[in-house]
Amino acid sequence: MKTRRSLIYVLICGILVVLPVFLNAYWVDVLNNVGLYAILALSLNVILGYAGMFHMGHAAFYAIGAYTTAILNTTYHIPVLWLMPLSGLVAGFFALIVARPIIHLRGDYLLIVTIGMVEIVRIALINNVFGITGGANGIFGIARPEFFGFRIRQPHEFFYLIWAFMAVTIYLFHRLENSRFGRALTYLREDDVAAEGSGVNTAHYKLAAFVIGAFWAGMVGTLYAAKMTIIAPESFNFWESVVLFMIVLLGGSGSIPGVILGAFLVVGLPEIFREFATARMMIFGAAMVAMMIFRTEGILPPQPRKYPPVGELLADEAKP
Amino acid sequence: MEQFFQQLTNGLAVGGIYALIALGYTMVYGVLKLINFAHGDLFTIGAYLGLTLLTSLGLADRLGPLGAVLLLAVMVMGLVAIIGAMLERIAYRPLRESPRLSAVVSALGASIFFQNAVMLIYGARFRVYPHDILPKIAVNIFGLQIPLIRILMLLTSVLLMVALYLFIQRTKIGTAIRAAAIDQGAARLMGIDVDKVIMIVFLIGPSLGGAAGLMVGLYYGQINFTMGWVYGLKAFTAAILGGIGNIPGAMVGGILLGVIEALGAAYISIAWKDAIAFCVLILILIVRPTGLLGERVAEKV
Repeated sequence: MKTRRSLIYVLICGILVVLPVFLNAYWVDVLNNVGLYAILALSLNVILGYAGMFHMGHAAFYAIGAYTTAILNTTYHIPVLWLMPLSGLVAGFFALIVARPIIHLRGDYLLIVTIGMVEIVRIALINNVFGITGGANGIFGIARPEFFGFRIRQPHEFFYLIWAFMAVTIYLFHRLENSRFGRALTYLREDDVAAEGSGVNTAHYKLAAFVIGAFWAGMVGTLYAAKMTIIAPESFNFWESVVLFMIVLLGGSGSIPGVILGAFLVVGLPEIFREFATARMMIFGAAMVAMMIFRTEGILPPQPRKYPPVGELLADEAKP
Repeated sequence: MEQFFQQLTNGLAVGGIYALIALGYTMVYGVLKLINFAHGDLFTIGAYLGLTLLTSLGLADRLGPLGAVLLLAVMVMGLVAIIGAMLERIAYRPLRESPRLSAVVSALGASIFFQNAVMLIYGARFRVYPHDILPKIAVNIFGLQIPLIRILMLLTSVLLMVALYLFIQRTKIGTAIRAAAIDQGAARLMGIDVDKVIMIVFLIGPSLGGAAGLMVGLYYGQINFTMGWVYGLKAFTAAILGGIGNIPGAMVGGILLGVIEALGAAYISIAWKDAIAFCVLILILIVRPTGLLGERVAEKV
């Protein structure tokens, strides 16, 4: 069972590596968008899927990452890829400040506050806050990323950059999921009173989940800014947050393969049905309703955790 | 001072609309614990249905302005209520026992469906309401010139809210709705048909939303297929502000939000209008985590 699963994953990776060779620039670009959304949704998954906090304002962190990159790159000409961790830090720091007072709000109250947050950020960007965001037109002329002197500009070059970052993301989040930290988040998602009673500092863990998710979204913001070379406030509206929210829940919240599949469905599928033009989004909406009725937990819900029996654990401890 | 009162009455009128929509959110949340994201689009459908009926039936010529608008309101409310009940039957009832967020995604899907259906039928551009339905006169109140329609809107929304409040408080069905909101299981044991209660909630909420849609069409004169999201978000904010699930809370929250927005736009900055509303919301929630009139929920251990 386990070998069959890993075989499927290796096969999918193999297909992805050679795919750009067979596709034209348009479809490679679609795959790039799917990749960006998938990474963003994975970062949201830490907050929404693992920790179970209703967060519908993820585009705010993404926007802050993208704008940090754009501003520092266009004014100080710092290479884009160097700015990636910095953008992540700025977004994470922002999350730390705004999430602290709202972290204790219950489910739906948190939902509306995060929606409010993304709207405030967007309006601040439109109103050219501090005079550095370029107002409604946004910022243009962001440099392309350079990799050891190689300038990335074609869609298929971006494809490898984005999907390589995706591989790193999957690896790290998989580790996170199975760490002490990840288990604590799952615990407080299922029952935060019990978690608190068992000595899990819930406020601390919730805040940490927010900051990690925001950090990662900020880094994706850098990739987005570098790919588009022009960013505007309307790219980070409330609807983007809703799309990310849908990706996570449709795919299977808390499950890494599920979230990636969700990104393919929500971002990729409407592109495939582009011929049907206007009716496609209507059908898409109806399909979402049907999907939730027939697969309530999402398409690929996380598999239950399995641990070796207690006897083996004790034997392991007794060994050394 | 003149400007202050103009803005205040404008805020009250808009707030009345927010309150009507917010009631739909809060009633559904009360019984189902579900945020009905498609509710804003039911409001849009109300506005478009009003436009269609208004232009195709020629009511204004036969019944005079007030009679026409009244009959129109009744028809729009009835039709939107039917759509709302169908929405519940198809998209929400199968998900009653599943995780809460699944129903939220189903609601988002229904919202996308409605929004694009409206776009397909009516087109993506702004549609204009006939502007000669209600006479454009201003009423003089204490030396203030206030447009008649503004007063009518405020009166209508207050009337609808009072009617709803009496219905919820005084009638048998209203009592059943309140009981189902407190504890569905216990209500069922007491012989209340909870499915029927939910159906009634999905008739009342959308009909109020539809009425609000018609009012926006008559007040602003133009409608668009995406306006459900804009107003829906505001109304949802209002419902949370007042404490979601709480019916008087939605009324207070809606009116308050309308007034804050109008005054904020006039005296602070019009560009920051939407941000002001959200900032107030966040500040209130930090101080009172369950909204203005929301009950304090003790954490069960």
